[in-house]
Amino acid sequence: MFEIEVNGRIIDASPGETILSALKRAGIRVPTLCHMNDLMPSGACRICVVEVEGMRGLIPSCSYPVQEGMKIKTNSAKAIQARKTIIELLLANHPDDCLYCVRNGNCKLQGLAEEYGIRERHFTGKKSRGNIDITSPSIVRDQSKCILCGKCVRICEEVQRVSAIDFVGRGSKTVIAPAFNNNLNVSSCINCGQCVLACPTGALREKSYLREVSEALADPEKIVVVQHAPAVSVSIAEEFGIKPGTDIAGMMVAAFKRLGFKKVFDTSYTADLTIMEEASELVHRVKTGGVLPMMTSCSPGWIKYVEQFYPEFIDNLSTCKSPQQMMGALIKSYFAEKEGIDPAKIFSVSVMPCTAKKFEAGRPEMGRNNIFDIDAVLTTREMARMIKMHGIDFNSVVPEEADLPFGTRSTAGKLFGGTGGVMEAALRTAHFLITGKEMKSLKVEQVRGLDGVKEAKIKVGDLQVGVAVISGVGNASKILEQLKEGRKDLHFIEVMTCPGGCVAGGGQPIETDKEKIKTRLQALYTIDQTETLRTSHANKAVQELYKEYLKEPLGEKSHELLHTHYTKRDVLV
Amino acid sequence: MSDDIVNKVLEQHPDARRDSLIPILQEVQERQGYLSKNAVVKIGRHLRLPASKIYGVATFYNQFRFQRTGKFHILVCRGTACHVRGSASVLAAVEKELKIKAGETSKDGVFSLEVVACMGACGLAPVICINGEFYANLEFGKVREILDIYKKKAEEGKAGPQ
Repeated sequence: MFEIEVNGRIIDASPGETILSALKRAGIRVPTLCHMNDLMPSGACRICVVEVEGMRGLIPSCSYPVQEGMKIKTNSAKAIQARKTIIELLLANHPDDCLYCVRNGNCKLQGLAEEYGIRERHFTGKKSRGNIDITSPSIVRDQSKCILCGKCVRICEEVQRVSAIDFVGRGSKTVIAPAFNNNLNVSSCINCGQCVLACPTGALREKSYLREVSEALADPEKIVVVQHAPAVSVSIAEEFGIKPGTDIAGMMVAAFKRLGFKKVFDTSYTADLTIMEEASELVHRVKTGGVLPMMTSCSPGWIKYVEQFYPEFIDNLSTCKSPQQMMGALIKSYFAEKEGIDPAKIFSVSVMPCTAKKFEAGRPEMGRNNIFDIDAVLTTREMARMIKMHGIDFNSVVPEEADLPFGTRSTAGKLFGGTGGVMEAALRTAHFLITGKEMKSLKVEQVRGLDGVKEAKIKVGDLQVGVAVISGVGNASKILEQLKEGRKDLHFIEVMTCPGGCVAGGGQPIETDKEKIKTRLQALYTIDQTETLRTSHANKAVQELYKEYLKEPLGEKSHELLHTHYTKRDVLV
Repeated sequence: MSDDIVNKVLEQHPDARRDSLIPILQEVQERQGYLSKNAVVKIGRHLRLPASKIYGVATFYNQFRFQRTGKFHILVCRGTACHVRGSASVLAAVEKELKIKAGETSKDGVFSLEVVACMGACGLAPVICINGEFYANLEFGKVREILDIYKKKAEEGKAGPQ
């Protein structure tokens, strides 16, 4: 540690860190656009420049290492003028259609223009008019709003290791695009939407299905039902200024009812069902010498990742549909039969923390008799928009329970919303299925937390079960390569595409950062700690479903409705 | 056929890593005349680089093209001397006349267009070069006359005995 002087104040800095990191710790804010926590600085945008005594020109604080005795001015007239110029230059070719932009109100560029009091147009450039790429079922790219900060490229390459997009061309003609300027739908994009969270402007956004949902709600012929994923109730509060990590499941359900949804179901219920099927599948594979290790199949980005990068592991993927798709299938079969409704009249909506779920819902396998299991997927953000549009005030709603028959869940199902959750839930049930007894401690500490790769050996009866939990699909290749080289001690692997799991999904509030991810995850753990129904197999509503309809896990009906298959994908990788 | 070309190039770089990307791209283009999608994918597998990365690198440089060259390959010089003497309008004339942009090949495969930085013929500025033949002191109007000659040649080539 040594000292540096910033704006006349002495602060501590450690050797090797950047100026920006020392400033942040001291609570001194410098604006950034291209900076990404935990990644090497790129220094592309220069908005973070500061004045350093004795140095020529201004210094980008995000990429310059601190030196002992440095005297820094973060807000000198020169630094502020430089930042203003940068903002004005970025705006010179920007479409300036903020009023029509999905990021109106939380756009970084708009925020800076306001913060730096940009009131005049000093530079008038030719407006960017890139094509809008609407080919992807999950993500819309609007190049005209792109400021080329490169965060999407970096998250896709360095974190997710997908590299679907890169800088194409040079200089003022640079754009960000998939290989050969292809559209996103035929690229190696896995639809995870981490780029959408990274994008400072409206250049990347989710493909919105709000219109379809609104039209369905207005159609008297349609019976519109909605399900909500485990990770939504612990994050959507942030969109309404409520403290991060607050679980507002009850209020959210009440809000959905006010929006006009006939039934509100909890996807955590089918998470419990997934566990019944998936744990049974695991036990079956272990007992019959099936393909091991088995890999989870709840995360559609991961599924596409395997299909295109590691097709040799397709047989390792659990054949279980994701909870969203199981719920979709049950709504249009069991529920429709029970209520005497024509499945074609049901419009089934799901609220997901995820952009890839939009892709998953459109997979041709996900339906029967030309009826899709799910008709529209909304992200947490879209649902928040809809609630605001309808003027629903959270302070005035009285919390309600989700509807039967798919309204009761265990906390194991709820844990699906974070990394390690599927594993923890599956272990609880697999232990019961194999030994007939509950685990001594239901909490499996080793699979919790935000590490990208977690491994554990868990004793289940006489069996030593080797498990691995991966969050952030970019971390998967490490384990997959080990498996290719003959590693044999793993039985079950959970992979969630987004780093941290669904609580950090690409459909979550834009201001998602590590702290918020931690609090959302903690909210799930708190639910697990405070409630009493903690295992999927103890969920009476799930038992009822088996008794009344499915008969048994992996049975005929289950195979028809709840299981699926995957195919190798030929995309430009 | 194009596979063979790429394979041959890659055989010569058995232990290549990402720093060999540009030489490999150059060699493939040298032999194939352009970089096909297939070539990019193969090179990517060899170097363990994603296609998007290779395309990104290749589009950074003017020298790489992604379409087969035409029967007549036109180089338009955009060097300093040519620029001063109006090469921008020469390029615009070629693009307008052939309805292709730099780096592209006309649909009938007759013409392809490339922009180069300097051909070392500054005394002739602005200059273009078609299949090795230089045309000097050009202006917007002259371009059409020259291209007409080649269009005629292409027609004759099609009609005449092969």
